[in-house]
Amino acid sequence: MNIDMILSSLPALLSGAWVTVQLVVLSLGLGFVLALAVAFGRLSSNRFVAGVTGVYVFLFRSTPLLVQIFLIYYGLGQFVGIRESFLWPILREAYWCAIIALTLNTAAYTGEILRGGIQAVPFGQIEAARALGMSRLLLYRRIVLPQALRTILPAYGNEMIQMVQATSLASAITLVELTGAARTIASRSFQPVEMFIIAGAIYLAMNFVIAQGVRWAEGRAAAGT
Amino acid sequence: MKKLMATLALAGMMALSGCGKEDAKQAAPVAGGIPNPLRVATEGAYPPYNMVDASGNLVGFEIDMMKDVCKRMGTECQFMAQAWDGMIPALQAGRFDAIVAGMSITDERLAAVDFSKGYTTTPAYLVSANANPLQDIDYGIERIDLTEISPEEQAAIDKIKGLLKGKVLGVQTSTIHANFADAYLADVVEIRRYDTQENLALDLQTGRVEIGLADAITWNAFLQRPEGKDFSYFGPGFDGGLFGRGQGIAIAKGRPELLAALNKAIAEMKTDGSMKNLSVQWFGFDSSMP
Repeated sequence: MNIDMILSSLPALLSGAWVTVQLVVLSLGLGFVLALAVAFGRLSSNRFVAGVTGVYVFLFRSTPLLVQIFLIYYGLGQFVGIRESFLWPILREAYWCAIIALTLNTAAYTGEILRGGIQAVPFGQIEAARALGMSRLLLYRRIVLPQALRTILPAYGNEMIQMVQATSLASAITLVELTGAARTIASRSFQPVEMFIIAGAIYLAMNFVIAQGVRWAEGRAAAGT
Repeated sequence: MKKLMATLALAGMMALSGCGKEDAKQAAPVAGGIPNPLRVATEGAYPPYNMVDASGNLVGFEIDMMKDVCKRMGTECQFMAQAWDGMIPALQAGRFDAIVAGMSITDERLAAVDFSKGYTTTPAYLVSANANPLQDIDYGIERIDLTEISPEEQAAIDKIKGLLKGKVLGVQTSTIHANFADAYLADVVEIRRYDTQENLALDLQTGRVEIGLADAITWNAFLQRPEGKDFSYFGPGFDGGLFGRGQGIAIAKGRPELLAALNKAIAEMKTDGSMKNLSVQWFGFDSSMP
């Protein structure tokens, strides 16, 4: 272990860690909104909507995230039509390609988690709410979603922790997030073990915060019932 | 799209070769310090030095050269495709016996591994699209040797720095070209590091990077393909200094018999002209080192 090298590499690793945090927060946030739409789409009585969301979930859960990242970054860039379209200012940046891939991926998984949570709400409660004359929006806001969110907390905590790790794949498309920063330094110093131990410790710290947050939320949810 | 599939296939291959190679870890039978078979790591993504052909076999200048070297050493070569990034630590960990991957001999690397004598040497060049105004500028110099920088050479470097200001420069990660970019251009350009040279070429085509820096031979392989027709070299070629002393075979430290045998085989190939012949066959010109 070379302490000097570890200290001198810390600023670069921390700036990589900051990019990782941005990737996690943005893709989880955007992904959750999309996941709500996916869950309702899967539960829709409209067969077209249910079919399309079903295919989307199937595609993104059945292919490796690395392949999705590669296809969005290198694959889309091969088409002249896309390079000349209004989408290019976004798609030309590795940063946004990574966020798009991570968002689409987590939305597929979270959508299914949410669907399960919604379906777990006892039907009798929905009938009762309807009998009271609640509108559909109010029914979902007051009765279904609060209970569904409570049910999915442990599973969604898992998903969040996995997303932190998944962001490391963004280093494959030139993005210098935590893993990318560690690799860049390791490649110059030929001391990958030290670099990856520190990077691993930073990932551990991030996931510790998330795990504690989920635990706190679970406690609050249990107290609320 | 074909290119992309090849890249994905290669990425998959590398993932597979990264672990689970239990047999590769077993101690190889050794005769006089020379393992048989000799486990040779190469990248398979650095044409024409080493690449993967349509049927998935490793081919290229270095594959042919190494087969000859192994024959002269009386051993068998066993090639393994490895991700470029992390090759030196894997060599140190004993996952294979030698790296033959267009790796330049530099002081930085010599601190970690031993190198055979150099077998090829080529200058590094900048590349941009033909339509780029950088192509039309007179740089006033053909070649810059970084070992000792003359005032004219310094003037040319300063001129290039001024012109590149604010642009995006692509390099392959952990290469001498990345080191050059870090040392000379980091304060003016944004540096993007690619896992493979082929992915850098892909992003030159998409315009995500405006300029690329790499070895002349590997650029030639790209510029001669249909995808490369809109791109050209500009500015002087760079060598010497941190660009190192040509490409050599890297082996772990503390294996003097193996190093001596490799050097002997390389010297023989240079003397009897087979190194030159291979160079002409794969590169189109003689880039073998004297």
